[in-house]
Amino acid sequence: MYDREQLREKAKKAVAKAAAIGPDINLDEFQKSPVDHKYLDDDEMRSLPVAEQQRLIMAGLDLTEKERGGTYFQKDTAVIHCKSKQEGVEVIPIRKALEELDWIHDYYWKLVSVDTDKYTAAAELELHDGYVIRSLPGAKSVYPIQACLYLDKEGLQQNVHNIIIAEEDSELHIITGCSTSPHLKKAAHVGISEFYVKKNAKLSFTMIHNWAEDMQVRPRSVAQVEEGGLFLNNYICMKPVKSLQMYPTTHLIGDDAVARFYSIIVGSPGSEYDVGGRIFLKKPGNRAEIVARTISNGGKIIARGDLIGEVPDIKAHLECRGLILNGGVIHAIPELRGYADGVEMSHEAAVGKIAQEEITYLMSRGLSEDEATSTIVRGFLSVDIPGLPAQLKSEIDRAIAASDETVM
Amino acid sequence: MLLVEDLQVELAEKTILKHIDLEIKPGETHVLFGPNGSGKTSLLMTIMGYPQYKVTGGKIVFKGVDITHSPINERAKLGIGMSYQRPPTIHGLKTRQMVQICATARGKKEVDVEDLARRVYFSDFLERDVNAGFSGGEIKRSELLQLMAQDPDFMLFDEPESGVDLENIAVVGNTIAALLQKECAPSKNKSMLQMKRERTKMGLIITHTGHILDYVTVDKGQVLYDGVLSCSTNPREILRCISEMGYEECVRCTIENN
Repeated sequence: MYDREQLREKAKKAVAKAAAIGPDINLDEFQKSPVDHKYLDDDEMRSLPVAEQQRLIMAGLDLTEKERGGTYFQKDTAVIHCKSKQEGVEVIPIRKALEELDWIHDYYWKLVSVDTDKYTAAAELELHDGYVIRSLPGAKSVYPIQACLYLDKEGLQQNVHNIIIAEEDSELHIITGCSTSPHLKKAAHVGISEFYVKKNAKLSFTMIHNWAEDMQVRPRSVAQVEEGGLFLNNYICMKPVKSLQMYPTTHLIGDDAVARFYSIIVGSPGSEYDVGGRIFLKKPGNRAEIVARTISNGGKIIARGDLIGEVPDIKAHLECRGLILNGGVIHAIPELRGYADGVEMSHEAAVGKIAQEEITYLMSRGLSEDEATSTIVRGFLSVDIPGLPAQLKSEIDRAIAASDETVM
Repeated sequence: MLLVEDLQVELAEKTILKHIDLEIKPGETHVLFGPNGSGKTSLLMTIMGYPQYKVTGGKIVFKGVDITHSPINERAKLGIGMSYQRPPTIHGLKTRQMVQICATARGKKEVDVEDLARRVYFSDFLERDVNAGFSGGEIKRSELLQLMAQDPDFMLFDEPESGVDLENIAVVGNTIAALLQKECAPSKNKSMLQMKRERTKMGLIITHTGHILDYVTVDKGQVLYDGVLSCSTNPREILRCISEMGYEECVRCTIENN
């Protein structure tokens, strides 16, 4: 297709282009050729080894599919399971969509520029797969759709492109996890995501990352939210990673559109995270909130936040709190940019330690020092996320509870 | 029984409690008077076991166990509990969870949090983070709720009436009375004398105004002046002396006591 040719030409010019921020990765160290994996039917999926299932559950993928509206499961470069159980919700591998569906070209690379950097370029030139999840107009999904991008092949660079569309008046919840095989050490993940939240639609997207110690991760995502739409973006990363850099951006392009970002990051020794959120408020009545909770256990965390108010009658708030528990670095960079009279924007940032008086207070109620510390840490990480379905709330709680061993 | 013998305490290398002797028998509640900065809160914090209060002499014995150098949580497990004047906020920890923690730490698996909360009109606060944005009176009720779940045998109250409005003072006062088994309610099968004999709970209450005396029958009053327990007698008598003559008069007793 002509469109695609143009994209490839553009991408080729960016293959050597380093990202604006974050450590540069030498992509030549990774192999990109497809890895074959057999497509699994429902029964085969449920008979995966228990250890593997457990690992997938930590990334939010429940193979029993109880309380899930559909599943997309990609292992390395291959789609091994893909279906929707819910009327009004479509789940399609993106390569299939690009071949069979004309409308996908109205969305593909329309928010993220293909020549942003070498990672976006790689995702076009050597696209493995990815998912398209779309809720049809008016469809209200009861259960979240689950998606999992799994890495098994040592030394692979997984290139993924996802497109998520919540059509007018629809409601869509997605939980997406990224995880690796227990034996995997070194690999890279490049993930492009484009989100379209249409008029009065509601989209919640909860991403749980469970990487390995020598993983390089470069997500690139952009969302746009139309009039009256709501985009809720949650990000949880409690496990080590070599380096992760992402700066998801949202454009509120319709009146009264709302975006909320919540992220919870625990930084392990040797890991480097450069994570942020950027929201453009372009229409009256827009609301945005960015909340980040970070804990460093010896890792390096850069927590960015950028709110841009372009018109009057917008409200935006950014909250970034960090705890340094066992060494490491937390660098909070909150930014506010107001371009009009009548914007209301604020931020609060704090980096510190657990207050001794909170520990002693809990100890006087009978907890040991360690129990008191983990209670405070769990409290610190538990953020109230309005509008999140109960199942997803419990997924987040589970990830936080499991973080105890990482944190302590 | 709580026994404090010749206790000397330093805070930031400054002696703040001098030769304190104090005995609280099972079933007894004492009130502690004293001007600001006299060391009242320090005495409570030392008994509770706050490490910044450094014991340089003497000892604290509770239920026959020398706890002078025990960590806070061990004292809590042994049955000492405290109601704080200005407790810290713990973000993300719901009051409900905190009440549950109090009960669990004392070995109680099941606790009816709702019921306890109702008794101190605190049901609406269970889903709020502990002490986050609580008013003075709300903090007091939250502290009492935690103590109710913890059910300690010896309770330390740091100014339980301060910041409490007139409407809530009765709730706070009566709850403390109940915690300390000082309720004055007839029982079908027990005489008042019998109930009095069966009391085991002990208390030490810091008060400035003495309002708490309207709700809790107190066995003894203590005055702490400049780190010294200068007098130990009928609480009403102390209150009257202080309100008529002020704490200046305590100076003389302090000198005499030394």
